[in-house]
Amino acid sequence: MADVRAPGRPMSPAVPPKRPEYMRDTVASRDFGVVEKPLTVWQRLANQGWLRKAIILTVIASAWELYARHLNNPLLVPTFTATLEAFQAAIASGDIPQKVANSVVLLLKGYALGLSLAMLFTALAIMSQFGSDLLETLTSAFNPLPAIALLPLALIWFGLGDISIMFVLVHSVLWAVALNTHSGFRSVSNTMRMVGRNYGLKGPRFVAMILIPAAFPSILTGLKIGWAFAWRTLIAAELVFGVSSGKGGLGWYIYENKNMLDIPAVFAGLFTVILIGLFVENLFFRNIEIATVRRWGMQS
Amino acid sequence: MDDSNQGWAPLLAVKGVTLQYKTQHHLVTATYRVSFDVALADRFVVLGPSGCGKSTILKAVGGYMAPTEGSIELKGQMIRRPGPDRVMVFQEFDQLLPWKTVKKNVMFALQSSRKLHGKAAEDQAMRYIEKVNLAKFANSYPHTLSGGMKQRVAIARALAMEADILLMDEPFAALDALTRHRMQDELLQLWEDTRFTMLFVTHSIPEAVRVGNRILLLSPHPGQVVGELNSDGDDTIDPASGRKLSDRIHDTLFADRIEEHEAAHHG
Repeated sequence: MADVRAPGRPMSPAVPPKRPEYMRDTVASRDFGVVEKPLTVWQRLANQGWLRKAIILTVIASAWELYARHLNNPLLVPTFTATLEAFQAAIASGDIPQKVANSVVLLLKGYALGLSLAMLFTALAIMSQFGSDLLETLTSAFNPLPAIALLPLALIWFGLGDISIMFVLVHSVLWAVALNTHSGFRSVSNTMRMVGRNYGLKGPRFVAMILIPAAFPSILTGLKIGWAFAWRTLIAAELVFGVSSGKGGLGWYIYENKNMLDIPAVFAGLFTVILIGLFVENLFFRNIEIATVRRWGMQS
Repeated sequence: MDDSNQGWAPLLAVKGVTLQYKTQHHLVTATYRVSFDVALADRFVVLGPSGCGKSTILKAVGGYMAPTEGSIELKGQMIRRPGPDRVMVFQEFDQLLPWKTVKKNVMFALQSSRKLHGKAAEDQAMRYIEKVNLAKFANSYPHTLSGGMKQRVAIARALAMEADILLMDEPFAALDALTRHRMQDELLQLWEDTRFTMLFVTHSIPEAVRVGNRILLLSPHPGQVVGELNSDGDDTIDPASGRKLSDRIHDTLFADRIEEHEAAHHG
């Protein structure tokens, strides 16, 4: 209807039209033709995240291969296939597995020590205002400090060896984990805290049964960030330190092969770093996430 | 208020309670010298407009805050801290622990409070989950349930504790009108069943009239007792005044607001 209240016409209040009432029976859902229809094969394949990512990786690998062949200078960029061959050879000879084992053992030790200290600090922080102030001050001071910048100092204090690397690893893990855990604890809703106290939870039982699970999304983020920091710091530290206590790690492997101008092996070393990163992120942390925070609907 | 309770001893006695809490800049008095007695099997409703400190009273009865003045006694014992003899049901849905299934949420209450363990806790949990008609969802996680279902789980968890008194802080306020109505009926049905005692806080007059057998009216800022009325749940007409209960409540609470508005304008 156009122009109900045209200027010049007398204003009359709008009245909705009168319509007859009616009632109807709805159709039972089993009488519909199609309520649910299976997706086509293509639609189901497109829903698989791993497949989409695998396609991206394949495209990148092909582009790398083509460019390296075009450049034809294995000293600068070896081909993807040459890298794979070097990788296979290094695995077959036990060289890379040995170096990975050395790196990962050291990494896990540093990670575990960093987590224990982070637990200690956050425990202090939730128990007292002083602990909370201490943690906040230390975190804001040390978190921006790259772990690698402490290497020279660690060398002077602890000499060449595992202890120096552990020192920088702990530094890289501790603050990220403590910061995330603490802020996770603080954002636990008041209702949830009151529920815990209502049923008589106090002290360590309250922390274990309410705070930790309620803050788990933040804690998990802290663990992931801590892991990534630790892994990077380790590789960088090994590159700078080189060999420590007679057995080198993955960073040392890269450095050594660069000195020998075995560039495909350098690429194979980098490739291994990436693979381990992907493995830990996509299998380890992802599965923890699926079994916990996603299952609980705390993260989508 | 008449202090002589002829023939009955109060289960919960709130005596001259003044409650204050601190915000960033102010010390706020939430209630001033509030007194009331709750009897065994009462459905005692605390009704008042927002800002009358009714939720604060419930927190104090829960033991989460201490009165500045006066005392709160449950079965003659002073309330000093939260405890499983007074179970709270909150308005917020996050009162259920998202990392536990429906059954585990109810069992968690029984086990944490060391009331029951193992199989006994599980049986008790299932008995009350069946009472709120959620047996089919016993193994579901809270985030898969609707708002009404979550509140039913919270009520089942509270009832399973078989506590002395249930403290309900506007448990249905976040639900849609239809669900709220049904939940009120279910709550009354459960009361018929088990005859628990509850202290129910709400700002809704129809809800108070429907759910309560005794209604305490509070004035706003700070909350003071205006009166106590009886309700039979049907909003019947009072023979003395010839008015419906909900209208009497409305007039009482609304009259206060007009006076306050006038005071604010003149002041």
